[in-house]
Amino acid sequence: MSSEQGSVGIVETQYRTFAEPPNHLELECGRKLGPITLAYETYGHLNSAKSNAILVIHALTGDAHAAGRHQLSDRKPGWWDNMIGPGKAFDTDKYFVICSNCIGGCKGSTGPSSINPETDAPYGLDFPMVTIGDMVHAQKLLVDSMGIDQLLCVVGGSMGGMQVLQWAKEYPDMMRLVIPIASSARLSPHAIAFDAVGRHAIMADPNWSDGNYYGRAVPSRGLGIARMIGHITYLSDASMHTKFGRHLQDKACPDYDFVTEFQVESYLNYQGDEFVKRFDANSYLYLSKAMDYFDLSQPEGDLRKALSAVRAASLVVSFSSDWLFPSYMSKEIVSALRRNNVDVSYAEIQSDYGHDAFLLEVETLGRLITNFLEYAGPRSSDER
Amino acid sequence: MSVEMRTISSSNGDLRPEYQFIVDTVKPGSSVLDLGCGGGELMKALQKQKRARVQGIELSDVAVQSCVEKGLFVYHGDLNEGLADFNDNSVDYVILTSTIQVLQRPDLLILEAGRVGKQCVISVPNFGYWRVRLQLMFQGVMPKTSRLPYEWYDTPNIHLTTISDFTRFCRQNNLRIIDKTYLVVGEKECKRVRAFPNFFADYGIFVLRREDRASETD
Repeated sequence: MSSEQGSVGIVETQYRTFAEPPNHLELECGRKLGPITLAYETYGHLNSAKSNAILVIHALTGDAHAAGRHQLSDRKPGWWDNMIGPGKAFDTDKYFVICSNCIGGCKGSTGPSSINPETDAPYGLDFPMVTIGDMVHAQKLLVDSMGIDQLLCVVGGSMGGMQVLQWAKEYPDMMRLVIPIASSARLSPHAIAFDAVGRHAIMADPNWSDGNYYGRAVPSRGLGIARMIGHITYLSDASMHTKFGRHLQDKACPDYDFVTEFQVESYLNYQGDEFVKRFDANSYLYLSKAMDYFDLSQPEGDLRKALSAVRAASLVVSFSSDWLFPSYMSKEIVSALRRNNVDVSYAEIQSDYGHDAFLLEVETLGRLITNFLEYAGPRSSDER
Repeated sequence: MSVEMRTISSSNGDLRPEYQFIVDTVKPGSSVLDLGCGGGELMKALQKQKRARVQGIELSDVAVQSCVEKGLFVYHGDLNEGLADFNDNSVDYVILTSTIQVLQRPDLLILEAGRVGKQCVISVPNFGYWRVRLQLMFQGVMPKTSRLPYEWYDTPNIHLTTISDFTRFCRQNNLRIIDKTYLVVGEKECKRVRAFPNFFADYGIFVLRREDRASETD
């Protein structure tokens, strides 16, 4: 990267509410939801033509806080801070970056832990099943409310990438470029299986009580186990060898007991414990379900047909060691787009980081994105 | 692997002199699929000089980055996997420059290129070139030239051919050679070879069209 890289500095999560009575959002499951609040953050400045806006969509357990810090004392910046900022891949000196949270979550947007206006109590399992499509419909309301007619780019990884593809399918005129990263047009049965085990862990926790645990002890044991399973799927065999090997945790000899022995166990415990402090178990159920249901090829029955309206030039990226969203799934997307004669680039980045690579392969991914935005962005790329 | 030959040139940024012959072959405004496109130098020239709608397929991640850097669309993948995504006759030109010799089955890809492209432009380094022959004849060693600089054990060029072999292959597979250019390629410029090309040329560029549709696209 050429220029000096910086931080977007101190940022604040913002909220907008839509579908207020008498309006509501029609959900794909047939039920209605409203009002809907979305949490989002923005970085950089929208130009006068409103043509430099990039929508960033996060993964399963992410949030709107993608870059910068809320307070100087924050230990960590936003989840994609290494990619968003002055001189970075999403250069906030050039682009206006919006990171939107999604409905169903627990990070400031309407979800199962929100208050149900009909009962004045948290929704819990009364919250309707939301889909990736519903999340995108809500985000469209957000983008419309900013007066943006066309986004320069919609980008996201994993579940965020699914939303990117949904955006491209449903609102083909709303963006010039799309970048789905480590993603898929439909979740594999393999991944659905891991999600199911995670949900079983939550629902088997006695504290879960059919989702009515708000104000009481939360199902942290179950949610922690779900997170541990998730983390296994985000790593790779190679990255586990590098990160932990067979090393014991804080001991020279094993205790021959059912305590935490290996470093990898300790890591998973830690990830589970940290996660339950910041995430709602019901949201985990709903969001993972939304991923499971996602199949972009439906109802058309064929991915190429389903994507026939897509016009945005695309950069599809996968990672060689990602076994949760393997490269063949990205190639499936590319194949459909190519057969529709859409401009598309595909790159498989060599990485040992597994699915997590989309957050870690900053240099390679950053360079691809910088150039794609820079050179594929202008309408007449021939003139360069 | 196909790019190893290309990256020799991709550093200097200028178009290799033999590529200009290929650019000159392509009609303005055409669609082009460059198989083993390397860093995209040829595609960029086609885009600039011929306003061609170009896309490439390339195996090397470094070269894929270079393509994206040039604003080109490229598929990071292995040519040995074929061209299943492309319909018959769907591209004006399928281009294979200095690429077929690195493939596991060059015959299959050439036939695929013939299926997908209304025309194919295929260039090959000529193993029948006299300097190559002399090295084998007098030194008894596997020939090395500026065009084929590798040792026998590390060369990506596993299916080398001669101009005569290639011409015969085309004839046997209903690929009509509608144009051909024989060259001795230098650093800065190329010399055309007219007589005994299989002996005097180190490079051949062929424009092919599948015989069964030779009449319909004229």
